[in-house]
Amino acid sequence: MEVFLVSLLNGLVYGMLLFMLASGLTLIFSMMGVLNFAHASMYMLGAYFAYDISRHIGFWPALVVAPLMCGLIGALIEMYGLRRVHKNGHVAELLFTFGLAFIIDKAVQMIWGLLPVPYRVPAALDHSLFSIYGTNFLAYRGFMLLISALMFCAIWLLLTRTRIGLVIQAALTHPEMVGALGHNVPRVFTIVFAGGSALAGLAGVIGGNYLVTEPSMAFAMGPIVFVVVVFGGLGSLPGCFIASLIMGFVQTFAVVLEYSPADLLALIGVKVTAATPLAEFLTIPLPRIGALLPYLMLVVILLFRPRGLMGTRDT
Amino acid sequence: MNENLAGNATSAVIGATSFARRHWLWLAALTIALVLPWLFFDWTKARHAGFVVSMLSQMGIMMVFALSYNMLIGQAGLLSFGHAVFLGLGGYCTAHALNAIKDGGFWLPVELVPLVGGIGGLTFAVVFGYVATRQRATAFAMITLGIGELVAACALLFKTFFGGEGGVSTNRMAGVSLFGWSYAQSIQVYYLIVAWTVISVWLMLFLTKTPLGRMANACRDNFERAQFVGYDPRMVRFVQFSLSGFFAGIAGALYALSYEIVTYDAVAAPMSANALLMTYIGGVGVFAGPVLGAVLIVLLQSGVSLLSNSWLVYVGVLFILMVAFAPGGIAGLIFMHQPIWRARRMGRLAAPYARILAPGLLVVAGFILLVELCSFLTIGAAQGKTFKLSSLTVDPQTVGPWVIGAVLLAGGGLWLRREGRRFGAVWQAVMEEIKAVRGNA
Repeated sequence: MEVFLVSLLNGLVYGMLLFMLASGLTLIFSMMGVLNFAHASMYMLGAYFAYDISRHIGFWPALVVAPLMCGLIGALIEMYGLRRVHKNGHVAELLFTFGLAFIIDKAVQMIWGLLPVPYRVPAALDHSLFSIYGTNFLAYRGFMLLISALMFCAIWLLLTRTRIGLVIQAALTHPEMVGALGHNVPRVFTIVFAGGSALAGLAGVIGGNYLVTEPSMAFAMGPIVFVVVVFGGLGSLPGCFIASLIMGFVQTFAVVLEYSPADLLALIGVKVTAATPLAEFLTIPLPRIGALLPYLMLVVILLFRPRGLMGTRDT
Repeated sequence: MNENLAGNATSAVIGATSFARRHWLWLAALTIALVLPWLFFDWTKARHAGFVVSMLSQMGIMMVFALSYNMLIGQAGLLSFGHAVFLGLGGYCTAHALNAIKDGGFWLPVELVPLVGGIGGLTFAVVFGYVATRQRATAFAMITLGIGELVAACALLFKTFFGGEGGVSTNRMAGVSLFGWSYAQSIQVYYLIVAWTVISVWLMLFLTKTPLGRMANACRDNFERAQFVGYDPRMVRFVQFSLSGFFAGIAGALYALSYEIVTYDAVAAPMSANALLMTYIGGVGVFAGPVLGAVLIVLLQSGVSLLSNSWLVYVGVLFILMVAFAPGGIAGLIFMHQPIWRARRMGRLAAPYARILAPGLLVVAGFILLVELCSFLTIGAAQGKTFKLSSLTVDPQTVGPWVIGAVLLAGGGLWLRREGRRFGAVWQAVMEEIKAVRGNA
């Protein structure tokens, strides 16, 4: 029970972080048809920007400035890069973002070095908020939950209560029709791309010190975000939200459950020894398979339900 | 009787010359490949330059790998992010086969061992391809990404087959050889690689001319119409994917023979990215494009990586520029000149090319200076290196070099833009002329 509750909370924190990353990507992917490989790079840039800003000025300004910088970079990428490549088709756009992710990866290594940077939780939040069964719940985790919940509400209000939000929602499912009605769809694209990048940057700011800020963080996070977007379904923010939480729980619980397929077999009375065929497969504990789960989910979902949980059309 | 014989002989000669005329570029490339190691032969010590031979070997391996990747992206329009899986698994199969040959498990001459890699690649491509080719376009790309990551993660998990982080070591000298070669020297392995590269390239070229190759093109361009013709696009994708896996497996086998060890690096994502970069920079629209890409990237990898920590940045920027400005890659750029060459108007372009060269070089120099300054500030400093331009030591901590770099980049960029417009105007004019001439004729 103790492990269960703590993991539930951790999974929630992680899932909300994932949602912050995936919500922007879902919007971009649904509207423009581009699976943006550079999205996780924005997450990484957000963390590194926040590290530099918090070193010189402080964490709180970084919370605002770093996402804005990421948003600006996103807008520039959309206006001067993607729009030019757009005429060559979706594959060219996908390749363009792939190349960008590749360059940003190398640029980060060049600017901040190959090793993790000491980007730490601000001192004001580095204490225990409450404890359950003797395990402390850090105030910073509560802060992360708060930020992501606020952000969730903000996106929700923006999309349902404002004019631009309604245009974006319409453009998610019927981009051509929205253009035909006289809305400036390219500008909407830029806004969504910049907004999505800013959200990814924000996720980097609050996630970079919770996890680790290192050059491989974009590469580690990228596929997981793809899984969430595909799992949630194209054009569906609620689907994306549910998928993020499921992914957060799956990832967290996979780490704490020290079981292997051999233990399952032991329940029905089959003993696995070194001589059993496939013993290597059967004795691998779940935490080690945990790293495989997102990719497995990606393949399985795309095969059997390409439209995801609540998607309106196939990937 | 005599006449008949003479006739046969002349027709054979004519056949040979027409073959040579049609494939002179390939024959020239093969000749260069065969002769090149001897140009770097150290006659005083009577041995080959190890660096050159290993670089050429790598080029051969990467050519096969890039061409097999182009069977997907170029010929079938399938964007894969997990192609290294088949190179790596082919390599692992080869390494285990070589070890089994050594232990007397089964008999196979070393020359034919690449077939093991090919069959290994084919087997895994059939399994994974059955899954992945159900989808196309973005969904296909995502499935291959997932499969690539799955296999790479498995390579670290399962020690029996993949050997964990240490990989699987092997010994190419263990087996018997058809020609009595011991494969102790890397030059012998190099000629084996050349032979298998020629075989693979020829087979892949042949495949593009079969109905399968044509249908793959059709499914790439318009899969619905291909369906109407009566072919199952999924089947076409599946067969194309499997055969591509076969050739990637051969590349993996050559990799295993050349390095005598196969590790996680061979299956992991950077290798897949490598295939994409080589193929796309070389050019996906022309059969020989990936060959150019492989040569260029390996040259950069072996040459520039010695000088610079940031050679991958240059490769990435080159890739982005290609995607944005020249989707046909280097081969596409070359083929753009074909009508002008045929009309014998290349002379008209000489002056504009000369004018564009200077600002182009300025931009490149400025960009390289800035990138190098950046990398010396962090990675270089961590390695204790200093930035030297011949005898001049550049201190990245001072402002001067940065300003020079920025001025070169910005000034050159503006100049290049102006010259680029002029170049475009001349190009347009020449093309119009050619059209007019053709129209009159």
